[in-house]
Amino acid sequence: MYPTDRRYTKEHEWIKLDGATGTVGITDYAQHELGDVVFVELPKIGAKIAAGQSFGTVESVKAVSEIYSPVTGEVAETNAVLGNEPEKINQDPHGAAWLIKIKLANPSEVNSLMDAAAYQAYIAEKQKETSA
Amino acid sequence: MRYLPKSDSERLEMLHAAGFDSFDQLFQAIPEAFRLKRPLAVPGPLSEMEIIEYFRGRAAENSRGYTSFLGAGVYHHHRSVVADALLQRGEFLTSYTPYQAEISQGTLQAIFEFQTLMCQLTGQEVANASMYDGSTALTEAVLMAERLTGRQRVLIARSVHPEYRQVLGTYAKNTGLRVEEFGFTPSGQADLDQVRKAAGDQVAAVVVQSPNFFGVLEQIPALAEIAHGCGALLVVGIAEAVSLGIARPPADADIIAMEAQSFGLPPSYGGPYAGVIATKDKFVRQMPGRLAGQTTDHQGRRGFVLTLATREQHIRREKATSNICTNQALCALAATIHLCLLGKQGLREQAEQNVAKAQFARAQLETIPGVRRAFSGPVFNEFVMEFPRSVKMIDADLLKNKIIGPMALGRFYPELTKRGLVCVTETTTRDEITRLVEGIDRALKVPV
Amino acid sequence: MSDRIKKAGRHVSQHEGLIFEKSSPGKRGMELPPLDVPAADVAKALGAENVRAGVDGFPEVSEIEVVRHFTRISTWNYAIDYGMYPLGSCTMKYNPRVNEFVARLDGIADEHPYQPVELSQGCLRILKTLENILIEVTGMDAVTLQPAAGAQGELTGLLLIRAYLESQGNPRKKVLIPDSAHGTNPATAVIAGYAVENVKSDTNGGIDMARLAAIVTEDVAALMITNPNTLGIFERNISEIAKILHARGALLYMDGANMNALAGIARPGDFGVDVMHLNLHKTFSTPHGGGGPGAGPVAMKKILEPYMPTPVVVEKDGKLAYDYNRPKSIGRVKAFYGNFGVLVRALAYALAYGPGMRQASEDAVLNANYIRKMLEDVYELPYKLPCMHEVVFSDARQKKNGVSTMDIAKRLIDYGFHPYTTAFPLIVHGALMIEPTESESKEECDQFIDAMRSIAEESATTPELVKTAPHTTRVGRLDEVSAARKPILRWKP
Repeated sequence: MYPTDRRYTKEHEWIKLDGATGTVGITDYAQHELGDVVFVELPKIGAKIAAGQSFGTVESVKAVSEIYSPVTGEVAETNAVLGNEPEKINQDPHGAAWLIKIKLANPSEVNSLMDAAAYQAYIAEKQKETSA
Repeated sequence: MRYLPKSDSERLEMLHAAGFDSFDQLFQAIPEAFRLKRPLAVPGPLSEMEIIEYFRGRAAENSRGYTSFLGAGVYHHHRSVVADALLQRGEFLTSYTPYQAEISQGTLQAIFEFQTLMCQLTGQEVANASMYDGSTALTEAVLMAERLTGRQRVLIARSVHPEYRQVLGTYAKNTGLRVEEFGFTPSGQADLDQVRKAAGDQVAAVVVQSPNFFGVLEQIPALAEIAHGCGALLVVGIAEAVSLGIARPPADADIIAMEAQSFGLPPSYGGPYAGVIATKDKFVRQMPGRLAGQTTDHQGRRGFVLTLATREQHIRREKATSNICTNQALCALAATIHLCLLGKQGLREQAEQNVAKAQFARAQLETIPGVRRAFSGPVFNEFVMEFPRSVKMIDADLLKNKIIGPMALGRFYPELTKRGLVCVTETTTRDEITRLVEGIDRALKVPV
Repeated sequence: MSDRIKKAGRHVSQHEGLIFEKSSPGKRGMELPPLDVPAADVAKALGAENVRAGVDGFPEVSEIEVVRHFTRISTWNYAIDYGMYPLGSCTMKYNPRVNEFVARLDGIADEHPYQPVELSQGCLRILKTLENILIEVTGMDAVTLQPAAGAQGELTGLLLIRAYLESQGNPRKKVLIPDSAHGTNPATAVIAGYAVENVKSDTNGGIDMARLAAIVTEDVAALMITNPNTLGIFERNISEIAKILHARGALLYMDGANMNALAGIARPGDFGVDVMHLNLHKTFSTPHGGGGPGAGPVAMKKILEPYMPTPVVVEKDGKLAYDYNRPKSIGRVKAFYGNFGVLVRALAYALAYGPGMRQASEDAVLNANYIRKMLEDVYELPYKLPCMHEVVFSDARQKKNGVSTMDIAKRLIDYGFHPYTTAFPLIVHGALMIEPTESESKEECDQFIDAMRSIAEESATTPELVKTAPHTTRVGRLDEVSAARKPILRWKP
């Protein structure tokens, strides 16, 4: 169910590589947990971020979520669409609602991230926990 | 006790139903050692009659019967009895913060109207539902400028209310903000040359007040140019809100921090008042304080809700724009009702009357030998006069005639000895002004 | 409408637009007496460039329209005067009307903060008397009445702690805050220049003592605790907690939001608290007024007294005055002396009760336990210890049918009550936080219990009814998402 062309983090971000550039977004699970997204805060182009560091926030009416970078690198592009249409994150979190494109400093970092199957299992566990 | 709606038999019934045998058991979770074994040593209980007597007694020990010429951040204006009657409706007085919008539409619509009125008055694009007061609003506006620019220096004029500056100092101490003061010129206005020299690429905000503590209007467009020229924001505080009925609003300011006390709130010995932050739309997400927004329900009916709550403490917690939780809702409501009653014409007329009274009073004071205006800049309803003697001595004499005279500035500005701040409003009568002038004249004739 | 709904029924209420929508040029609601001095040439007096044209869009309406406008919209609000607000940690008690009367007295309402001290002895006596009462109630040594609200009181408290620790040589780096705490606590700690470290609660909802002992290091300035905590449970280990902190040179701050369980029963100063704030708009009955004003006095032990905000009220030979000579003071947190009008109301409340304040606390705790007992078979009680003045349930049982605490709260509105606190404290998933206060009669409590039991049944048999509530309000659930995405924050012509 989760696209196999990318990797996933424990904080529910995904990253899809294209050479040394990665496109980063949040997963369907994350947008579902958040509820209707009302605002997205993204970094400036050129900002340098470390793996695991927060680079922005996604807000719903009642909550704010930090978004953590899966990799170390420099922000090459941010998704201009989300300024006016933050709801795209609820509609198409894996496609049109990508958040940033990042130039990887260390492409091998991706190898330690979960693949689709592992991520699927991870959230299945999480769902079991909350309904316990 | 009249505030407790249970009889002893009802208490007992409920106690048993709750599964307890004695009232002591209700507090069994508190270790024995900490439970008070004696009644509180406090005055009372008093009946309603006795409570009223007590406060009447305190009222008699204050300044009843005196004519006051005090301003300096707190102003005597007429308050409509209509507003007070509406404020005391239980639905306004005893209601909670409007988190449950469906049953708080009265409060929310009133806040929305307040926000609108504040925008209209200040010429800004968005205003919040009030901060504690002018002093904390100014402080929060400066912290907002720090967040928006990412810079640490703050240039603030000494002509800003001394106690407002003190509050900023207390908050700034732990945030890494460097607050630097700059002076004023013989016009009584902030010294533009000094600000120009101090301006630099680490300045977050240039901060002034208009009319300032001396009652003088600041040169806002020039200050805006200097601030913006170095990439800083211009923050303007307003302590006498009635001035906006006639004075050009500081639209070039990036953030306005206003005290709304003049709009129908009693002086009440220092509070509660209502501060307001008004700013540009693009800064709204960094603005602290509650905001009411317009929306619709599922049937398309217009309604109002608290919105952009993610800025606030209950969601953002340690990353909040401020720790503020309350707004001064009832005070803001008083101001809203007051302004609706005054209306466009009333506010203009009131402001014009304030100017007229001040011009008259100052001219009359200048007929006293040795008394002249201390500053040359334009004033609204308060102004500083220079006297040939200590203001404290003049005031002591005036008190004998039940007049609370000019406020001696020496306590806040050591270099401004023999100078006193005089405030007159639409409530000051010609007769009272005449008595002040005669009183000062007499006081100055007393041999030293 | 269900016949189980006993407290509320149908009612015709008035529509009303925005005041700007009834505006028409030339109308006015207030007239001023004629000028008794010569009119001024405003352009000359202020400078032509400083004069504005009128205020665009400002309302122009008559007095009667203003009266109708605000009367009509007021009827759209729920209020304490209508019935219970079971809001946890808000202490929505009766706002005595004599408090309003005395605050408006000639000689009280119009006093100017800069008038001579000789002409303010009445005001100063009010301040001093209230200070003494709060010192006695809290078991502390000194009180400042300057902070404008609870959050400001918290900041003041932390600044006092910082100043004291600085004088000891090291202000330290962080403040410990339980995960059950109110949001103002971490927000305040950051403004005071401290980092926040969360302390997990144990399975009984109290502070995990082993964890605490491990994390109180020399970097910790203070622990901010609420007692009873936001679950309504008294922290039994409080004096142990204080000992651990004090042994490492840290202090204990108490958020006094829940004092309604303790006034006249136990004193925080007696169980190890060093500094705390009070919410006068909670425990001391001053009106919420739709969201403020409040007042947040801070009570402290002697060691913190030198750092108190300036000025301090002092008495000498029966005369009261202000002491500005306080070299160690943290400075001012607000202009003037505090929310005096709110302080007057709090004093009037305290005088009405005298030592009988104890009975109010006892009634508050009784009401909460009564409600707990009457609902524990239909709502999940995550923490089984007896509660104090508030009780926290969860929506675990109702969630099985997809009904959440928010839904139950909205359905409660149809029953004629204001909702309880939803989704807080954060440590209870789907919380229902209920605080009835001593102002509720047995009748009101029984109606509340009845309503909650009925809603529990509805959640099981007709959950859709609950999920789409409220059904009988003027507006239904409002679109908060659009309000946040495209904010409309003012009227425009």
